[in-house]
Amino acid sequence: MSELRDLYQEVILDHNRSPRNFGHLDDANRRADGHNPLCGDRLDVTVKVVEGVVTDLRFEGSGCAISKASASLMTEAVKGKTIDEFHELFDYFHRLVTDETLPVDERALGKLAVFSGVRDYPARVKCAILAWHTLKSAVTDSQDIVSTE
Amino acid sequence: MSKVTVDRIDFDVRSIRKQFPLLAQSVRGKPLVYLDNAATTQKPQVVLDTLSHYYAAGNANIHRGVYALSQDATQAYEGARSKVAKFLNAASPTEIIFTRNATEGINLVAQTFGRSMVAAGDEVVISEMEHHSNIVPWQLLCEEKGAHLRVAPINDDGELMLDELAALLGPRTRLVSIVHMSNSLGTINPVRRVVDLAHEQGIPVLIDGSQAAYHMAVDVRALDCDFYVVTGHKLYGPTGIGALYGRSRLLNDMPPYQGGGDMISSVTFEKTTYNELPHKFEAGTPHIAGAIGLGAAVGFLTEVGFDAIASHERRLLDYATGMLSELPGLRFIGTAREKASILSFVLEGVHPHDVGTVVDTEGVAIRTGHHCTQPVMDRFGVPATARASLAMYNTTDEIDHLVSALSKVREVFG
Repeated sequence: MSELRDLYQEVILDHNRSPRNFGHLDDANRRADGHNPLCGDRLDVTVKVVEGVVTDLRFEGSGCAISKASASLMTEAVKGKTIDEFHELFDYFHRLVTDETLPVDERALGKLAVFSGVRDYPARVKCAILAWHTLKSAVTDSQDIVSTE
Repeated sequence: MSKVTVDRIDFDVRSIRKQFPLLAQSVRGKPLVYLDNAATTQKPQVVLDTLSHYYAAGNANIHRGVYALSQDATQAYEGARSKVAKFLNAASPTEIIFTRNATEGINLVAQTFGRSMVAAGDEVVISEMEHHSNIVPWQLLCEEKGAHLRVAPINDDGELMLDELAALLGPRTRLVSIVHMSNSLGTINPVRRVVDLAHEQGIPVLIDGSQAAYHMAVDVRALDCDFYVVTGHKLYGPTGIGALYGRSRLLNDMPPYQGGGDMISSVTFEKTTYNELPHKFEAGTPHIAGAIGLGAAVGFLTEVGFDAIASHERRLLDYATGMLSELPGLRFIGTAREKASILSFVLEGVHPHDVGTVVDTEGVAIRTGHHCTQPVMDRFGVPATARASLAMYNTTDEIDHLVSALSKVREVFG
């Protein structure tokens, strides 16, 4: 069970049960769809960007606990950040879930640090990064459906 | 796990398991419980030995070699074809074409029979429960020809609606292509009745036997079907080898599939004459070792016997269905009266992918996702299911492990 708790930490289970910023943002000026064909996850991210700052964002869709919690925690982490800061965080998060040698800097990552457990489950990396890829696509203004395949 | 007597047939699952070396291993410190047989089955020692012996002592290219080793390899390869023909009860080994897998068998028929027989405005009929491999080849064909794909629906239990299928058949129908047993629902289709309905109107029928052929005896002449495809790796044989059965008359009339060596009888720059059956459809050096390994696998299946396999698997399915039904919040997807060896389900409030990860930490291997049947998922309004699928070597103890692993899911997710 302990191994399992490294993946499904309480923060992840909590955000899976009650995702934050869930829904559609009516005054969004950016949006993108994400799709993970592996598990059938689909999510829609709507974002409001004002002068290079993500002032608000929402996500909706269906997915596993990892993908839902990742989307939820991402919305909390990114709100108020500039697009450049988001890109930096994106790169860091991507390394966090894939690079076993990366030390987990809990101060820099905050709650996102809980996703380091995903490293031990390579099949679940795509679940963790779907929302991030989708948001990246939204803020770089590409309207294509994002796929993790 | 001791010797059990089922319907007066002795089936010693422990001695069966001993023949599958992979099953003895541990995963994450727990004994492996392999329940992903609908994706691929494990291989018995006799198949492993056959492959190893072929490469160690029998390897040579087949056909046209005048030396002993090549003749032996040819004999082993053609011997395997005869074994597969006997396994499916084809009238002749020349009706068995070796392919890479069932997918290639379907594509072969779509690209040869399909491209020569289907024209603009014609129709191909499939069902709603098809694997993507029995959807996409026909979509490609229909797109190319301006033809239409017609889909027979399934009911809430995941059973084919036969009357609806019959209503789709008409003068423009060129082929019915239907799965014998569904990989995501477990449903066994009344394929003989489908064949009769189609033949009344002179329409040929292809049956996708990927799932059925390792659970029940298949007799292509009793089914009276025109094409039947199987894949070796689900028949306890190697990957990369499969077989297409085709009625001689149809195969003879069909244009070749791929061009190359072995499929010709003579080549000049002006004109090429094609080889006779089955070689016409086997261009290039085939998967010789795979075919010989498949021969060993079907020999193994025949030796164990489908009466014994089917009773054992039936008992396991009933036991598993009973045990899983007692888990709170579990809903089966696929509750057909006629079904075999597949338990597809969703747990309320937990995504199947999370179910799969949790049970994996208990050593239990199940598959989660859409199982290459997205239309089935849409039909049941779920993004995915968790699927445990049984084979001859599974035991009731393993079902107990699955159930206890699934209760861990509730411990984690509440």
